Amino acid sequence: MARPLNRPLSPFMFPVWYRFQITSSLSILHRLTGIGLAVGSILLAWWLISVAAGGEWFEATHAFLVSPIGMTLLFLWSVAFFYHLCNGIRHLAWDAGYGFELRSAYRSGYAVLAMTALLTVLTWLYVFLA
Amino acid sequence: MPKRPISANATALRDETMLRHVRQLGSARDGLSEWRLQRLTAVALIPLVVWFAVSLIMMSGADYLIVRAWVGSPVVMVLLTLTIVIGLHHGQLGLQVVIEDYVHGDGWKLALIVLVRFTAVFFGLAAIVAILRIGFGG
Repeated sequence: MARPLNRPLSPFMFPVWYRFQITSSLSILHRLTGIGLAVGSILLAWWLISVAAGGEWFEATHAFLVSPIGMTLLFLWSVAFFYHLCNGIRHLAWDAGYGFELRSAYRSGYAVLAMTALLTVLTWLYVFLA
Repeated sequence: MPKRPISANATALRDETMLRHVRQLGSARDGLSEWRLQRLTAVALIPLVVWFAVSLIMMSGADYLIVRAWVGSPVVMVLLTLTIVIGLHHGQLGLQVVIEDYVHGDGWKLALIVLVRFTAVFFGLAAIVAILRIGFGG
């Protein structure tokens, strides 16, 4: 085997040479929302454990979730969830060989942003009005 | 860019035979199968998370007993377990890619990947035990 080379890794272009566009910004956002959702999945596990434990455990978890901090987190997670879902479908289409031309990549990017906003608004309208 | 996707089998064959022999330009260790698993879990998650999100939204404001009865019903137990296992696997693979890209230094890289994997397994098992306990009592 050849000895591994010391190549520069991904972020080395960012601070100086790189100009952001919507395509790369959405790609970075996909990773950030993914990280956020991974952290959120631990809260989901915690919530299920509190449902199983019942009583004070569930009360405490519920009180945290409806507190201002809890509601803010839930809102951010809903945005991250809808974004990662819509943009994930966009990525799967690319992996299958569709929509990779620059024009369609831009168009689907804006569509993902619009769908994220729409689904988030509909979700919270339902939660607060129904 | 071809309009129609290339046959998956032809792609697989080309990738296995070519990339493993690449020197200097890159390494294909086990990355390829992880890349495929990431996409497979993504496809599986689309219907599961849509179902889960819709259920949660419909149940917003429901009291404890309704939530507990929902988690403990047989179909929900199966779907919820699937969502959690596949979701945590997908998340673990995604975090691993992020760690591989941005954490420089093999020691830290390996330590973080192992930590993420352990955490995913731990919370996954804890969630499954919780679901089973709700469903079967105790």
